[in-house]
Amino acid sequence: MPKVTFIKVDGEKVEADAKVGNTVMEVAKELDLPMLAACGGALACATCHVVVDEDWYDKTGEVCEDEEDLLDTAHDLTPTSRLCCQIKVTEDTDGLVVKLTPMS
Amino acid sequence: MTKQSQHITDVAIIGAGPVGLFSVFQCGMLKMSTQVIDALPATGGQCTALYPEKPIFDIPAAPKVSGAELIERLEEQIKPFNPVFHLNQQVVSLERQEEGWQLTTSKGTTVSAKAIIIAAGAGAFGPNKPPLANIEQYENKSVHYLVQNREQFRDQRIVIAGGGDSAVDWALALADIAAETYVVHRRDRFRALPESVAQMRALADQGKIELVIPYQLASLEGEGDQLSAVNIKTLEGEERRLEADHMLSFFGLVNKLGPINDWGLDVHNGVINVEPTTCATNIEGIFAVGDIASYPHKLKLILSGFAEVAQAAHAAFKFVNPDEALHFEHSTSSGVPSL
Repeated sequence: MPKVTFIKVDGEKVEADAKVGNTVMEVAKELDLPMLAACGGALACATCHVVVDEDWYDKTGEVCEDEEDLLDTAHDLTPTSRLCCQIKVTEDTDGLVVKLTPMS
Repeated sequence: MTKQSQHITDVAIIGAGPVGLFSVFQCGMLKMSTQVIDALPATGGQCTALYPEKPIFDIPAAPKVSGAELIERLEEQIKPFNPVFHLNQQVVSLERQEEGWQLTTSKGTTVSAKAIIIAAGAGAFGPNKPPLANIEQYENKSVHYLVQNREQFRDQRIVIAGGGDSAVDWALALADIAAETYVVHRRDRFRALPESVAQMRALADQGKIELVIPYQLASLEGEGDQLSAVNIKTLEGEERRLEADHMLSFFGLVNKLGPINDWGLDVHNGVINVEPTTCATNIEGIFAVGDIASYPHKLKLILSGFAEVAQAAHAAFKFVNPDEALHFEHSTSSGVPSL
């Protein structure tokens, strides 16, 4: 199973097996990580904002216009910021590293 | 909405979204009176505020219904129970009373109730505030999330942050009267009416405003409640300093649990853990339903919320009527009160 590593705000790393087809947000919620993901993946908020490790950014897929619009309402953006409800786990993402952002 | 500020009811409902509205119905069927509090000026919660036009397909017996229409139909359904709403005010405190609880809102309204149903969704809607150090000290004086009076910005230096309709509209409104108008946005695309965006770009070409792109907010400078500069940075970390007297921050609305966090409820990652068969929280007499309620395998669906409300209303009955027998009845037998 592809692996995903989450880096918490305090630096703690959590590595997990992820099912192909799930989103990275679903993997994080399953692990009960500190993330609001308030809208549940409906592309209606920006509370699952993560910073993707630069080496992995290109593997996380296209950013659609709705996600861009929501990223406009996120804070402390980086060039590799994503809403992780929009990142699908695939065989290609095996080893993916994402950093969580503070829960506001 | 009533003008009086002190109220007594059987069950106080926090949140006027679809699940909060249906709480009025379920409590009403058990002859419990209700009053509903919501932070937004209108009922409907996210259905009204976020997706009034979007069709919903998973409401039983309503193959396709828009957010706005769902709320209209729920209001129709609860009318026989004469719901009382306290809108445009957030619940700020909860106090234990001899019999039940008293809630106080941001407008000073108090509602005393024997039981409470929290149907607060993802929390109360409020401005999405940028996480800048000490931003609170400038709020209302020189940092604004909502603007009513354009004249207060005459001859002032204004930083507008954000890329939606509010940012664009206020850039247009202030270009002629402000000393300087900066629009700080992270990219060169605006989520606003194309005509307005075109007008804004024309003003920028004429030098009446400056579009400061691609930048985001970094920090604020000032003294007391008076802002003096807004520091901004690119995504790559390149910095710039904008001298300014006011900042208008337009990042839309976000949901916040707010004071509900401080009541001793079992809150985890923004949701309240409940006992799923009754929706009882860890505090006696307080129930949570809908998106804000959590239990193993919870689905954040409106339809789940409706069922949770029925469970919660039946479980709340004993707090409202401790000496009365709870008699289960179908609506086909009991009917609803006639209007």
